[in-house]
Amino acid sequence: MGRVLMKGCEAIAEAAVRAGCRFYAGYPITPQNEIPEYLSRRLPEVGGVFVQGESEIASVNMVYGAGQTGTRSMTTSSSTGVSLYSEGIAFCASARIPIVYVNVARGGPGIGSIQPSQQDYLQATKASGNGGFQMIVLAPSTVQEAADMTYRAFDLADRDRNPVLILSDGVIGTIMEPVELPPAKTEEEVKANKESKRSWACVGHKLDVAHRSWIQPGTFLPARLEERNKAAAEMYASWEPEAEEYLLEDAEIVITAYGISARIAKSVVDDMRREGKKAGLIRPITVNPFPYASYEKINYGVCKGILDVEMAIPALMVQDVKMGVKGRAPIETCLCSGGNIMRKGTVRKAAEELLLR
Amino acid sequence: MEKVYERTKGIQEDKVSGFCPGCMHSTIAKLIGEVLEELDVLDRTVLVEGVGCCGLLMDYVSYDNTCAPHGRACAVATGIKRTNPDTICYTYQGDGDLAAIGLGETMSAANRGENFTVIFVNNGIYGMTGGQLAPTTLVGMKATTAVNGRDPKEHGYPMHMCEILNQLEAPAYLERCSCNTPKNVRATKRAIKKAFQNQIDGKGFSLVEIVTSCPTNWGMDALKSLDFLEEKMFKEFPLGVFRDR
Repeated sequence: MGRVLMKGCEAIAEAAVRAGCRFYAGYPITPQNEIPEYLSRRLPEVGGVFVQGESEIASVNMVYGAGQTGTRSMTTSSSTGVSLYSEGIAFCASARIPIVYVNVARGGPGIGSIQPSQQDYLQATKASGNGGFQMIVLAPSTVQEAADMTYRAFDLADRDRNPVLILSDGVIGTIMEPVELPPAKTEEEVKANKESKRSWACVGHKLDVAHRSWIQPGTFLPARLEERNKAAAEMYASWEPEAEEYLLEDAEIVITAYGISARIAKSVVDDMRREGKKAGLIRPITVNPFPYASYEKINYGVCKGILDVEMAIPALMVQDVKMGVKGRAPIETCLCSGGNIMRKGTVRKAAEELLLR
Repeated sequence: MEKVYERTKGIQEDKVSGFCPGCMHSTIAKLIGEVLEELDVLDRTVLVEGVGCCGLLMDYVSYDNTCAPHGRACAVATGIKRTNPDTICYTYQGDGDLAAIGLGETMSAANRGENFTVIFVNNGIYGMTGGQLAPTTLVGMKATTAVNGRDPKEHGYPMHMCEILNQLEAPAYLERCSCNTPKNVRATKRAIKKAFQNQIDGKGFSLVEIVTSCPTNWGMDALKSLDFLEEKMFKEFPLGVFRDR
């Protein structure tokens, strides 16, 4: 269909429909209202269901229920709303229900601000609920990536029978950009996908206790729960991290950032390279699992320092960056917070200062 | 010899109820199983268990079942029923689950007229956690978190869910019953059957509240609990049909 001009939130919504998402529940919160608004119109066109939940708590539990029928299901929110998902997401992880959710992040903590932010990094990557479960967390830096990642997230969720999170932000959610939308799954494909989950889906089965669907987010038996947690840990360990490694071979300064900050940082790297200054970039694409191995590719013989750029104060991703760098180069941070958007000039200045060392 | 009675296929063959003496959960689980069997829908039924003693049903029922986070059963059922309308879906919830932590989900699902069935077991106390104050605890009734009894000045008054839900336009059916006598057990079965038949007919939200005893946490034996049920609980929670459309 070629490229179309779309807002990030709308691209996420349309990509979900094209991936075969047929159930959405969500509660209004800025800056992601375009997603429920779009889907309230779009889902009925493809025989899907849109429900405006009475809260984020209800919404995530509706999605937990819909996911149990084998239906590709999604909910979206922003930061303080995503906090209310914690219990439901933990239930999805424990009961092995594939669902997709999106955080179009805003300033925090608490109600914070409605402007873009990256202050939910630790919540998204380390503890999105109780019990130590993990999820694949994808961080888009363009509207195109937001659409592609949303589309792909449903496959990952089904593959692992685990929730998948898109960690976006208010910039990606609200800017308009040209985007090439992924191909729409046919109705036959959508039906076949749902049917493929029939053996465990909680929709009613012929009476046979051994083969009934018994969705168990918990058990009274510690030994059984430990076995389940071990199996989950093995699955988490099998995940391949993804990152963009840009101009690292001779880089004297390596900027590292994810999402919208990475996009701003990359333009700084390009500007510096044009002036003969040797800058490079590491951009985690999966912020969980974190691409620690990418930091092995830095040429520590020439690298004067790492610049961690985040729209978060205090810096959050830097904890993972430290584990990747392992003390082989100094790490500085370039930060803003509360809804302020990172400025290119600020990143450039911080990078130049590091180079002068 | 003619077989005149057998265990419902809705309960697993080899299971023996582990509920406390005098508890009515096992009677209700049996009634639900019989109704689903009579309506010939057991193989397309999903039970959404609330948290607490209600969740113990998972070990007895023979059909598909899932567990909602505490209070969220009506939201989970919304997701299941909306994406699989042919599935017969019901929630099974206690008073703490449905009327305290899940009040928002209950009211909103009822207000949307969701086409599933709610079986609400009201014994006026938190059972599994050990006798804490519930939204339905009677005034003066002792709880482990209100050792001097429910005091309206501090705790407010018992909540009447059928009466509250009856303020909404959408619900199709609201009835309060009990299982304290054979007559009332039969009436409860009729109510449960109607609530499921309504779902099959697409009539929308149907809720059956069953006022029961909790001898363990009321600190009484099973027989005294029945007296308390009749003398105190029914006075606060009168039995009857509140809505039938």
